Amino acid sequence: MTLATVLVAAAALVGIGLWGALGQQSFVMLLMGIELMVNGIILAAGGLWAFAAGGVPTGQVLVIVAMLVMAVEMAVGFALVVAVYRARGADTTEGIGSLRG
Amino acid sequence: MSSGAAADVAFVAFALVAVAAGYRVFRTDSMVRATFLLLASFLAVGAILVLLAAEYLGTALLFMMTVEMVVMALFMVMFMMNPAGLNPMAMVHQPRLAAGAGVAAGVALAGVAVVADFPDAPVAGSAGAVAALGAELLGPSMLVFESAGITLLATMVCAVVLSASRGRYGPTHDGSVAPPLDPGGDHRPTDDLVEPGGGGHGHHGSHS
Repeated sequence: MTLATVLVAAAALVGIGLWGALGQQSFVMLLMGIELMVNGIILAAGGLWAFAAGGVPTGQVLVIVAMLVMAVEMAVGFALVVAVYRARGADTTEGIGSLRG
Repeated sequence: MSSGAAADVAFVAFALVAVAAGYRVFRTDSMVRATFLLLASFLAVGAILVLLAAEYLGTALLFMMTVEMVVMALFMVMFMMNPAGLNPMAMVHQPRLAAGAGVAAGVALAGVAVVADFPDAPVAGSAGAVAALGAELLGPSMLVFESAGITLLATMVCAVVLSASRGRYGPTHDGSVAPPLDPGGDHRPTDDLVEPGGGGHGHHGSHS
């Protein structure tokens, strides 16, 4: 368990998340791709905190901010999915041609 | 942090679970299964954080993600046509571009991870880390902590407003008009009269 191995695993998670976020049609699956990318960011920040920052407490605060971003993204994302489905009856990115309400 | 052969084996196992489950999320037919695979990926990362002496963060991630993924499974059942994965399906677009971008991003970031020369300052141990985080959150980083709370409150309001089907006085698509003040009367507060006449007589098209 070294910093490089932790960061490589985090890079793999970010890459897989980007692949899913760009490739999936469904809004919900797209959100899962973004979640996976933030997951990789959390792992990378944790690894850097433990190996390269000497365990300064602010490093852990950064991870908490990343977790906050994930929670906000999830809640607002699902609310938008509900709003778009109500207004347009669409649940995939192909179902809407514009963002106009 | 944990060190030694056992910690290395555990780290490799958790890292493989995190990456493999993350990959399977977009490869399985069942949407509910995809959700729980994503949960497995998060739990593995949480376990790695515990190995890295960030015990509070790892445990918090575990609890938070378990609840969040159960909510996500509900949304999957609500919005996907194939939640149980009874039929094979592939709902993808631009698959080559997406795969190329994903591989490029992963390889580039991994290259940085291997090549870059990071400072070598390992954390001393997990004993003081949690206490230090608590002192930091309620001390110098209080602003971050409070901002996080306000942000989550704003998120709750935002989510309710975005997803509500009706306003205070009725369905939003009918126009939301205040009721009379006295029973049976017609005395609405005048500043509340959004659309005199009410009803569904096309008061939407005229504006756009």
